[in-house]
Amino acid sequence: MTTANQTAIAKYKNSFLKEVEANVEEGHWVRMCMQCGVCAGSCPLGNAWAHPPQELFMMIRAGKREEVLASDSMWMCTSCYNCIVRCPRKLPITHIMHGLANYAHRLGIAPKGQPTRETATLFWNNLIKKGRVNELTFSLALYFKDGFVQGIKNALNMQAVGLGLVKARRLNPMEILGGHGVKDQAGFKAMIEKARQIEDRKKGFAK
Amino acid sequence: MSASIATSQTILVVGGGISGMTAALEAAECGKQVILAEKLPTLGGRTALLYRYFPKMCHPTCGLEINLKRLKGNPKLRVMTMTEVAAVSGSRGDYTVTLKVKPRYVTEACTACGDCGNAVSAEIPNPANYGLDRIKAAYLPHGMAYPQRYVIDPTIVGTPEGEKAKAACKAGAVDLAMQEETVELKVGSVVWATGWRPYDAAKIQPYGYGRIPNVVTSLEFERMADPHGPTSGRLLRADGKEAKNVAFIQCAGSRDENHLRHCSRICCMASLKQTHYVREACGEEGKSTIYYIDIRAIDRFEDFYQSVQNDPTVTFVKSKVARIAFNEQTGNPVLHGVDTEGYKRYATEHDLVVLAVGMEPEVTGVKLPEDIVLDSSNFIEGSKSGGMFGAGSAASPLDVNRSVQSATAASLKAIQVIHKTASTEAA
Ligand SMILES: Cc1cc2nc3c(=O)[nH]c(=O)nc-3n(C[C@H](O)[C@H](O)[C@H](O)COP(=O)(O)OP(=O)(O)OC[C@H]3O[C@@H](n4cnc5c(N)ncnc54)[C@H](O)[C@@H]3O)c2cc1C
Repeated sequence: MTTANQTAIAKYKNSFLKEVEANVEEGHWVRMCMQCGVCAGSCPLGNAWAHPPQELFMMIRAGKREEVLASDSMWMCTSCYNCIVRCPRKLPITHIMHGLANYAHRLGIAPKGQPTRETATLFWNNLIKKGRVNELTFSLALYFKDGFVQGIKNALNMQAVGLGLVKARRLNPMEILGGHGVKDQAGFKAMIEKARQIEDRKKGFAK
Repeated sequence: MSASIATSQTILVVGGGISGMTAALEAAECGKQVILAEKLPTLGGRTALLYRYFPKMCHPTCGLEINLKRLKGNPKLRVMTMTEVAAVSGSRGDYTVTLKVKPRYVTEACTACGDCGNAVSAEIPNPANYGLDRIKAAYLPHGMAYPQRYVIDPTIVGTPEGEKAKAACKAGAVDLAMQEETVELKVGSVVWATGWRPYDAAKIQPYGYGRIPNVVTSLEFERMADPHGPTSGRLLRADGKEAKNVAFIQCAGSRDENHLRHCSRICCMASLKQTHYVREACGEEGKSTIYYIDIRAIDRFEDFYQSVQNDPTVTFVKSKVARIAFNEQTGNPVLHGVDTEGYKRYATEHDLVVLAVGMEPEVTGVKLPEDIVLDSSNFIEGSKSGGMFGAGSAASPLDVNRSVQSATAASLKAIQVIHKTASTEAA
């Protein structure tokens, strides 16, 4: 059985740019970059990136597929939108960063243990169950993602905050029993399924 | 003022910069009646406010003087200063234009002796130096001004200061009762040589122009380098320190969807030229750094670019600066960005930062005749009925050389319109 990653490699053999244009959200903008560097210089998290957006765009055009998709750079984006506002060519840079991250994730080659990726996955898995985020189980899942002992430590550390939230009625302890959800569960599942099909078709993941 | 000299065979040229002067002269020297209307008190436009111009690094007097000589000797050409076009109606070959003439408060009897200027004490921001210094409210716009006639600023008219100027004038040329006049003319064709203005640098928020000290525009830098400028040609900052380490930021407002979409074309050459000013003022001790996206040494100017590249005092950094901060201790602006060659972050201090601001058409936001066709950046392409033309930097961001070519072309088109009208009128 070939993986989605192998299929994509075979299909876009020599042009990673074409692959990005076809499969990454807003990816068709990448060729519009004129390498001025304003996005990189405007990024408040710039120091944390191995490759700023400008460099990622150049790497895409240079066909550096592995380096780009396995990079954790685009996962550093906090969606502050500074780059979009400042870009002289109006590239939707924030969206491209999320598009790249999502694509790498779906191909299964995004960096393992990358905190943003793990958190986002837990969030999605939590949300998808009932159509509502269960904040209690989501927080617990986050605390315990690095093992039982670390989980207990995290929970104890956050104890005061948690109790405060309960007192302020922002956190309902009864949610532990399964929690609330949207009314039409079947409808919700059908909608998500349909959305997934459309996205798979668009991004080259359709079977 | 008699309007009878103008007929449908007259050409109106709007704007008396190098382009307008050229267009007017070419037509007049071909025997056509021409009226040249300039809104300021003097001809010369923006060219007169440059210190030197590329590529030959001569002073603007060169080009202007020849044109003024041609102009003074030509009876077909009538110059109207302080004159703006208020309205144009009619069509190709048969326009009626309404001109508004502002009062100068000084008549043709002026001998430019300067007594009025000496007599008054009121001062105004000096328009020739972009307000970087002040001049007396009775003034000659600049050394090359044409006509060589003083102007009295309206702010002192009706005050004792105005009376002082009047009393001091031996030639009796001061007339404080002058009023704005409206003149209506018939013309056959109109050449718009209204030129350009700098993009408002304060709109480029991350560069802090007007907020951060020692960030100036390329136009202000021209004046700083000029011996007739506010600092007598020394590159002095507001705090009196001499600027030796100067940064130039390219595409300040150009090639930017948030500002001007177009490439202003001359700014790369202007900054390359201005590195010469740093060298001239500071010699080997001077240091110029050009921050750029890509250098566009338009057309035949590649050799000029190469000569600057070979200058060891000049450094090129391939990066559009992201933002400017300020170091309180040194009074220096600090440039932040990422260098595209290696993707390294930098935070570099300079004594002075020059923003190579873009050119936008002077007519941006001005109400023009309906017939006028503008491009997406408001440069004048012409008119639907073909009787009006754009010339020089009003038509496209052009340097002096190319403005003159464009003006000559516009003039020839206007002459053709007049010839057509003349032949139909004769028939
Ligand atoms: C920093 C800088 C440096 C430069 N250095 C050089 C250089 O070294 N060499 C070079 O070749 N070029 C240089 N240029 C370009 C040069 O300034 C232009 O090419 C030149 O000014 C164009 O002349 P113009 O007559 O078309 O326009 P302008 O010089 O703008 O003249 C237009 C005239 O029209 C008048 N006007 C405007 N509107 C009206 C109206 N409604 N009614 C009546 N009159 C009106 C204005 O008052 C003005 O006098 C430089 C530009 C910049 C920004």
